[in-house]
Amino acid sequence: MLSLKRTLAGLVMSVAAVTAMAQTTPDALIKQVSTDVIDTIKADKAIQAGDLGKIIALVDAKVMPHVNFQRMTASSLGRHWRTATPEQQKKLQDEFKTLLVRTYAGALTQVKDQTVQLKPLRAAAEDTEVVVRTEVKGKGEPIQLDYRLEKADAAWKIYDVNVLGVWLVEQYRGQFSQDIGSIGIDGLITKLADRNKSASKS
Amino acid sequence: MMKTKLQHAWVLALALAAGAVQAQSPNDPFEKVNRAVFGFNEVLDSAVLTPVAKGYQAVVPELMRTGVANFFGNFGDGWSAINNLLQGKGEAAATMTMRVAANTLFGVGGIFDVASDLGMERQSEDFGQTLGRWGMPAGPYLVWPLLGPSTARDTLGRPLDLAWSPSLAINDSGVNVALSVLNLVDTRASLLSASRVIDGIALDKYTFIRDAYIARRRNLVYDGNPPELPEDNEPAPASPAPPAAPK
Repeated sequence: MLSLKRTLAGLVMSVAAVTAMAQTTPDALIKQVSTDVIDTIKADKAIQAGDLGKIIALVDAKVMPHVNFQRMTASSLGRHWRTATPEQQKKLQDEFKTLLVRTYAGALTQVKDQTVQLKPLRAAAEDTEVVVRTEVKGKGEPIQLDYRLEKADAAWKIYDVNVLGVWLVEQYRGQFSQDIGSIGIDGLITKLADRNKSASKS
Repeated sequence: MMKTKLQHAWVLALALAAGAVQAQSPNDPFEKVNRAVFGFNEVLDSAVLTPVAKGYQAVVPELMRTGVANFFGNFGDGWSAINNLLQGKGEAAATMTMRVAANTLFGVGGIFDVASDLGMERQSEDFGQTLGRWGMPAGPYLVWPLLGPSTARDTLGRPLDLAWSPSLAINDSGVNVALSVLNLVDTRASLLSASRVIDGIALDKYTFIRDAYIARRRNLVYDGNPPELPEDNEPAPASPAPPAAPK
């Protein structure tokens, strides 16, 4: 029984190795980016001390290239995205990005002894949209952290994130549609911009 | 005819009273009351609980705070073991029972979490999740004074969750009140950084917490792998509210 398990595990690993050679798989990408970010934080005293500017730079350099932020914003706006002018779309995207990156950076200052573990990927080789499931392990109960990725050209890009069972896009769809209903798209842009301005002051 | 007009006037008056026309969520038919209770909880939290929790975090060393969290966690693990069993998760129930045994015996009454070091991972389950697992729908969203966000289902489960406390083992009401307060303060302290995050990213804190709570609880009932909800790209128009989708 045990040897069968070992053979299977070996088989799975060699298959994984072959596909990794062919091209980066979505789970390999998540693993690489997570490990890279965590290792950088652990090695950087300024970041651990809470240097937000430095973490934002880190997120911009290591994470954002792998995010399709336009799709993330468009899905969060839902049907309202199509009614927005290109200029409004760009402003929404920029302000939303600033809001999320700042928050994400703030959360990263809490990283101490965490590691990221991947759950087995359930996807066919020809899939162009997959969910990569991970767990952040540290003290206490592991934190569920999942990603939705799409294959655009040859590269995988993240377009939604799930923290503890809450998908970001779905969460903001509620928030945005509520504000657009009462203050309109321009009102929402102003609200996001004000929020970002007051956050950068404090 | 007259009746419909009256109804319209009534709806309009309500909407105006609320200050803004808000899209009604099918999960939250009692939004007006819930918002009022939420406001009360927020005031209480910022006036009393948060300052106390911050003081606790500043004064009590981390090692001791971990011990406190472990002590209450060990109690909670016993309740999780029972709920795992009620949900038919035999392996998790066994692991959680072994966790309690190991931490109570070798972790000095649960102050040290030796079970985690031995690779026995915590798999928390409460009675609200058990009811969900048994097929009970979540029901409407409810906000309770002090206790905060809930649903009809979680409201049924909560009294049993709360009854499972150190007071089952300790026969001194003074000690029990002190322990309950300590548990509350310790829990709030552990959530300080999370509430800073929510203050930063929520556009409307009430709906943000509501939607996150509902999604999170649903996720917990399905152990992190809920079936996909139908795609909802067309939010409810201002009126009339669409029928609630079965969840």
